[in-house]
Amino acid sequence: MPETEPHQAAIAVRDLNSHYADRQVLFDINLTVQRREIVAVMGHSGSGKTTLFRHLLGLKPPTSGQVELLGRDLTEVTRPELFELRKKIGVAFQNGALFSSLSVRQNVELPLREHTKLDENTIRIMTRMKLEFMRLAEFEKFMPAQLSGGMLKRAGLARAVIMDPQLLFFDEPSAGLDPVTSAELDRLILKLRDAMNMTIIIITHELHSAFSVADRIMVLDRGRQLMVGTREEVRASTDRRIVNMLDRKPADDDFNPDDYFNRLTSTVPKT
Amino acid sequence: MEDTRSKTAMAVGLFMIIGLFCVAYLAVRPGDLNVYPRKQYQVTARFTSASGLREGAYVEAGGVRVGSVVRIRFDPEKYAAEVTLAVDENVPISKDAVASIRTAGIIGDKFVKITPGGAEENLADGMAIRETEPSINLEELISKYIFEGGKN
Amino acid sequence: MKAVARAMSFGWLADFLERLGRSGVFLAEGLWRLATPPYRLHPIARQIQFIGARSLLVIVVAGTFVGMVVALQFYDTLVRFGSVGLLGAAVGLSLLRELGPVLTALVVIGRAGSAICAEISIMRNEQQIDSLECMAVDPLRYLIAPRFAAALISVPLLTCIFITVGIWGGYLVGVILFGVSPGSYLGGMYDAVNRGDLVMGGAKALVFAVLFIWIAACKGYYLHLDPAGAAGSEGVSRVTTEAVVLSSIAVLCSDYLVSAIIL
Repeated sequence: MPETEPHQAAIAVRDLNSHYADRQVLFDINLTVQRREIVAVMGHSGSGKTTLFRHLLGLKPPTSGQVELLGRDLTEVTRPELFELRKKIGVAFQNGALFSSLSVRQNVELPLREHTKLDENTIRIMTRMKLEFMRLAEFEKFMPAQLSGGMLKRAGLARAVIMDPQLLFFDEPSAGLDPVTSAELDRLILKLRDAMNMTIIIITHELHSAFSVADRIMVLDRGRQLMVGTREEVRASTDRRIVNMLDRKPADDDFNPDDYFNRLTSTVPKT
Repeated sequence: MEDTRSKTAMAVGLFMIIGLFCVAYLAVRPGDLNVYPRKQYQVTARFTSASGLREGAYVEAGGVRVGSVVRIRFDPEKYAAEVTLAVDENVPISKDAVASIRTAGIIGDKFVKITPGGAEENLADGMAIRETEPSINLEELISKYIFEGGKN
Repeated sequence: MKAVARAMSFGWLADFLERLGRSGVFLAEGLWRLATPPYRLHPIARQIQFIGARSLLVIVVAGTFVGMVVALQFYDTLVRFGSVGLLGAAVGLSLLRELGPVLTALVVIGRAGSAICAEISIMRNEQQIDSLECMAVDPLRYLIAPRFAAALISVPLLTCIFITVGIWGGYLVGVILFGVSPGSYLGGMYDAVNRGDLVMGGAKALVFAVLFIWIAACKGYYLHLDPAGAAGSEGVSRVTTEAVVLSSIAVLCSDYLVSAIIL
């Protein structure tokens, strides 16, 4: 597949600000992702990572700033151009986002049927390949409701990569999975990068999966990026909020039981 | 999948056939849709009053439906209603035929009744019926019956 | 404080206008996608099956009984004036002009409108609509346009079925039960009904079809923008209820409007 200007960054986010109504949820986000890089966006729930995800996919227009995918500024493309761009991008949603009325195979082959004029046989072979890659081949006739959480995610991933995208976004690959299944998904992600040269963005709140696959990690806290760096750089960080996060505590963990008790009792009127 | 597809198609096909059958029934029977457009010709008739007559009302000859009222308009010159009738082609109307507006029953719909005359010649498309009787007002009818009927 | 200020000012009006505008654009975009290729026949067929074919039984049952009860009521009234000859006309006209289109629409709203709203809102909730966007598949074309088409085809057909079945339900009561002559029932009806009545029935069926599918689909599609905020299962249940109530009211109000315009 011909790369569009290989020297270019796969993703470039510049000074991104975002609001929901009056509330600002993202502050000055900057991120550059090189080709074949795996970047994890990590943060607690409510840190704005899902919002950032929506901006990266062009599902939400930024208040200010730019998002560039494969050299195209999402704020400037027309809707048909955006659709063209999206054909080069795969997105795996948190719970697969499979259509419940379609079988696994029908779900996975949907982009091929929509965007290509391939014959039935080719579609079947390509779908089969991706399903086997995700180790779902024997489940192709199942309906989404019959699958486990891990299988749903893998089926969603199979659908995301069916068009051999250059860019892959994966929302919460390990959320709600047991460690074994989660590790299996991590291996799949690495395989996708190595075998198919994909640039991969992972949105996650789990340290383990972020550290096991990502080349670089972006740490988000309450809409602000605390740092972007390699695993080692993040581990070595002395920022209290990052240290707390690595210790699996709330980012602003200054909880003091005595203080808390005093604050509680001080609001009770003295009799 | 092919199986569900054909089942869907069958259900939809059945539904469409039943639905279209009902559409056809409603259109042809109550709706008076002419499946084969009947060949008709048009004649006009001027009434001093076309009160209560509606477009689409029947034209009857000898008690049989032979056409319908196509258009009713007011003719300011003659200060009368000019009614255009579409009559089946196989129903001739003699030049001295009488067109009268009648009521089906006492409170039913108005229709145009054509009473044949004795002339040899028939009206052609676009010609006018000379002799007309206007729409009859129920009150007038009753008073007519009381006063004139009393004399007999 | 801010909320109070908003409520005092015309914030609610702005919200209302925004929602109205959004719905209007939604309708226009949905209809536009119906009018422009590529057309998708299989999804339309599936939706016709869902909206139309699966409503067939309930429409037939409802139509039969409505026809029967209308005939019963009219017979009871007309017999006092000795004009049972008008029974066919009364049953035919009331079914064709009012009862057929309105009751069909209400049955379809209850059966299919609620289901469509719930289905689409769950798709929104589970990011299926986002995933369509991200697969470069236009969700309006993929999800909404087939439903619009199916509603526009199914509702008028169901209405005709309802009316036809209703007329024969009335026949059952009037002719077979009360002994009105078949000729006077059917003939009286065929004479009384003219093309204008058919047009009115058809126009209503189309208007109701657009209204119900518009409201159901739009409420579900914009679940995430619902001002009350809560998406999730509670949001789904709320927008579904709202869609059913709103589309029922819309059908009844527009019924008057269409009648007033045509008469």
